[in-house]
Amino acid sequence: MINYQQPDGQGHFGEFGGRFVPETLMPPLLELEKAYLEAREDESFGMELERLLRDYAGRPTPLYEAKRLSAALGGVRIFLKREDLCHTGSHKINNTLGQALLTKRMGKRRIIAETGAGQHGVATATAAALLGLECDIYMGEEDMRRQALNVFRMELLGARVIGVSSGSRTLKDAINESLRDWVSSVGQTHYCIGSVVGPHPFPMMVRDFQSVIGREAREQLEEKGLPLPDCLVACVGGGSNSMGLFYPFIHEPVRKVGVEAGGTGSQPGEHGSTLCYGEIGVLHGAKSYLLQDERGQVMATHSVSAGLDYPGVGPEHAHFKERGLAEYVNVSDEEALEAAAELSRREGIIPALESAHALAYAIKLAREMGRGSSILVCLSGRGDKDVEIMRERLRGEKSVENSESLSNSSLTKMLSRSARDV
Amino acid sequence: MSRKYKSRIEQCFAALRGERAALIAYLTGGFPGVTACLEIASRLISQADMLELGIPFSDPVMDGPVIQETSRLSLERGCGVEECLGLAAELRRGTEKPLLLMSYYNPVFRYGLEGFAAAARASGVDGVIVPDLPPEEMDEWGKTASKHGLDTPLFISPNTPQERIRIISEKASGFLYCVTTMGVTGLRPTLDSGLSSLIARARSCARLPLAVGVGVSSPQQCGEAGKMADGVIVGSAFMRAALDALERGESPAAMVEHLAWRMRRSLEEILPQTGEFTI
Repeated sequence: MINYQQPDGQGHFGEFGGRFVPETLMPPLLELEKAYLEAREDESFGMELERLLRDYAGRPTPLYEAKRLSAALGGVRIFLKREDLCHTGSHKINNTLGQALLTKRMGKRRIIAETGAGQHGVATATAAALLGLECDIYMGEEDMRRQALNVFRMELLGARVIGVSSGSRTLKDAINESLRDWVSSVGQTHYCIGSVVGPHPFPMMVRDFQSVIGREAREQLEEKGLPLPDCLVACVGGGSNSMGLFYPFIHEPVRKVGVEAGGTGSQPGEHGSTLCYGEIGVLHGAKSYLLQDERGQVMATHSVSAGLDYPGVGPEHAHFKERGLAEYVNVSDEEALEAAAELSRREGIIPALESAHALAYAIKLAREMGRGSSILVCLSGRGDKDVEIMRERLRGEKSVENSESLSNSSLTKMLSRSARDV
Repeated sequence: MSRKYKSRIEQCFAALRGERAALIAYLTGGFPGVTACLEIASRLISQADMLELGIPFSDPVMDGPVIQETSRLSLERGCGVEECLGLAAELRRGTEKPLLLMSYYNPVFRYGLEGFAAAARASGVDGVIVPDLPPEEMDEWGKTASKHGLDTPLFISPNTPQERIRIISEKASGFLYCVTTMGVTGLRPTLDSGLSSLIARARSCARLPLAVGVGVSSPQQCGEAGKMADGVIVGSAFMRAALDALERGESPAAMVEHLAWRMRRSLEEILPQTGEFTI
């Protein structure tokens, strides 16, 4: 059994993490850390969060055995932790309810957040509506265009969506703009970061809120009389659902695999594989791995899945990688799309493209592992938001301007093939 | 930090002490092109007392729209750490005034702290400002910088508690960078009314010169800030003037030099309250 006590008092996970922020943010980060540590020890806070997670967000989420998928893959047992069944459609609500409660506890009236595809934005706007907080969401203009429906969803929930036109106009820039807002508004405003990234205490706090995924999965395995799985698989953008799954298994000899966005290739700008191809650097307040050029400038990224389209990664994952506590791999856009189609057809579950990355790697693993072994996959979100892009890519039907189609791809062939054998 | 010799930055503040506040002019390195930048920088330093050359970064979270824009333009022209070091070396040939580099931490970290400090020193740089490196994370850089004779000014802001100001002022060298307001760099109609109380709090425990920056937008505001502090840092106003000049097809260097002259005049027309800094 390993000894694991991270982070240290300054928010370091080994050499990673910390607080690399302007002085204006230091006092509020220290205040937030104090408030969070107090809340964590306060039974009433824990009970309130548990109540909301149960009665409002729909926890516990099922641990579902995907038997038809297992059978098609040669008999390795595949379990899905169904975070896609959470209210708002992804695991993001676990964190936003926690942080929104903390916002109230700190006496702040406004909450801001960044969002890529819109999952975290919707989850934040939802928690804000529930608890009566004013809510502003920063979203890259490119992402607003790609996810117009989610923009309206947030507005419907009473949030204001602020377009970000700087830089690459995606998630990274939405975080920059949220940090700029927070520097100016910190007295009354809490910044609800959506992943295990950012300065201390965010990576620790988001990990703790998301750990409900792994804790529940353990309890459910036990209830079903099942042994620990051989392998845990989850996707990694910033890394919140994977950390939430892995962390409660940290002391167990269970293989942990984080799956990054392999995009269209291994060249700069073609992927979002920070841990696979990146180098150590400092972005958004923490030292971690980073996709950067030789001058220390942050590089463009690509993924078919907006939630994995990010050049950084949570510092605790960097620490896991360094200590060999987890392994990090990637799968391509195409493999993720294939996996999404496979799960839809075999199990009647349309996964988010983020989660489809984890699934694609689990499918590869299942083919290598022997009958009788088992894999637990975090199905972090539902695929409704991605149906449009799946239609374009899987059937070659182009309905959104500016996107490449794969009309003659192996995907189309695979779809007709799997249609035949079902 | 005690040293046997006085740095150029310390000498500069000491020379102006009792007369007026120092004008510290910020310029994004490599904007609007390396050659044009050198001309703007030379004209700026002819009017200002110190020059702060900003190394452009892809993700400048402490900066408002103006410096985001100049950084973007500079990066587009391929400017980075090397080019800024080259600019500093070039400027050093023509001036004995203090030169500072401003960089977000990642380009410095990526370059290597030791290599960066050595190269900065060799280029005639006197100090390095790293806005996202708070005292909690600066030990390694602090040691490296001081080994190479570089000052590291640190920030205090209106929400910095008194005890933190004390800790920060012990780790800082050159001067304390007093942020006028809660916010990012950029132009603002007035100086924040809380500035005087921050300066008073800093005076009560810091023995370093105090320079005021972020949001000083006009000669009038510069003069006001100069009444309280030992130095005034102006950045976005110069960069805005340069961007406007470019847009009109005029010379950014001439425009910026004229504004720098007006900023300095605003400091000369008043008698500053000098604090008890010891250098």
